[in-house]
Amino acid sequence: MSRVVRKFTTKVPTWKPHVTPLKMEEASEDQRAALRETPSNTKVSDYVLVLAHDPQALGARTPLFNGIMYDAGGLSRAERELGAVAASFVNRCIYCAAVHASRYNQITGEEETMQKVFFDGAQADLDPRARAILEFGVKLSQCPPEIGAEDIAALRAQGLDTQEILDLTLSTALFGWANRLMHTLGEPVA
Amino acid sequence: MSGGHVLERAAGVPAEGPLAEALATRARLMELTEASHEAALMPAEPGGLPHDLRAALACRMTRIAGTAALADHYAAMAPGHPLASPDAAGSDAREAAILAYVDKVTRSPRDATPDDIDALRDGGVAEGDIVRLAGLVAFVNYQLRVAVVLDALGEGA
Repeated sequence: MSRVVRKFTTKVPTWKPHVTPLKMEEASEDQRAALRETPSNTKVSDYVLVLAHDPQALGARTPLFNGIMYDAGGLSRAERELGAVAASFVNRCIYCAAVHASRYNQITGEEETMQKVFFDGAQADLDPRARAILEFGVKLSQCPPEIGAEDIAALRAQGLDTQEILDLTLSTALFGWANRLMHTLGEPVA
Repeated sequence: MSGGHVLERAAGVPAEGPLAEALATRARLMELTEASHEAALMPAEPGGLPHDLRAALACRMTRIAGTAALADHYAAMAPGHPLASPDAAGSDAREAAILAYVDKVTRSPRDATPDDIDALRDGGVAEGDIVRLAGLVAFVNYQLRVAVVLDALGEGA
């Protein structure tokens, strides 16, 4: 349980924090309220207990995160996950990539797409719509993120409407956020 | 519409048309994005990271990423702050450690290592403030990416 995972995988590792997680018995009222936003059917993770040092941020972040990935309408669940994986690939967040690649595989029932993404990144040989989404997600995740009219046009050419482009942007940018927390405040171990 | 939000205002989102409709569909998410801006920049309990330092760091990050309208927004929140320029160095070890983290995690988070967190600790950044700083950097990097696309979508609307 101490080997750091450095290669992309769909097998979800354990996240080992570099910052001391909050102890539940020491949580303030604000911290308890922020932790109640997380699903009650699962054990509170070390990741959430690290973020609980900043309860105001955590309290807004949790419903935003869930809404961007799960709210009805617009871009399909699988394609939102593809945006999340594109960001996690660029930012080399092995943990986030594993979680969201495995969700993509669960939703779509195939594993080939994610294998190609992990091997070839933005050059992965996917069907044209998935490839356009991946390329957009990779480009948006770079610094600086240089997205212009031609990048929007490339998505529209594959049939994405404005709502779907907005939803893809939110899920990709959200992982620009999550990766920067996951990949710096701790590391994946197996 | 949602003209009161920092993000849509900075991106100059049109009041009507397909983009305005798409944002209206996600109105709750844009509200939560605004609440996250409040939590990252002007939290009720700022810990060891005062509001003006947070705004200056946000300005620095948005300048690094080349998102001018957001950079103007943050510059106005910390007028004349020395650390708002990407070229500025810290005046002591703690500031230097904070800037090193902000710059690296904005430009290339893939290169982050456990040493970056140790460097914050060694520079005198408290445990809770490490989480607050990481949250600020992460939020601004989300926000500026959404702004870039809203700007591009608005142009073509």
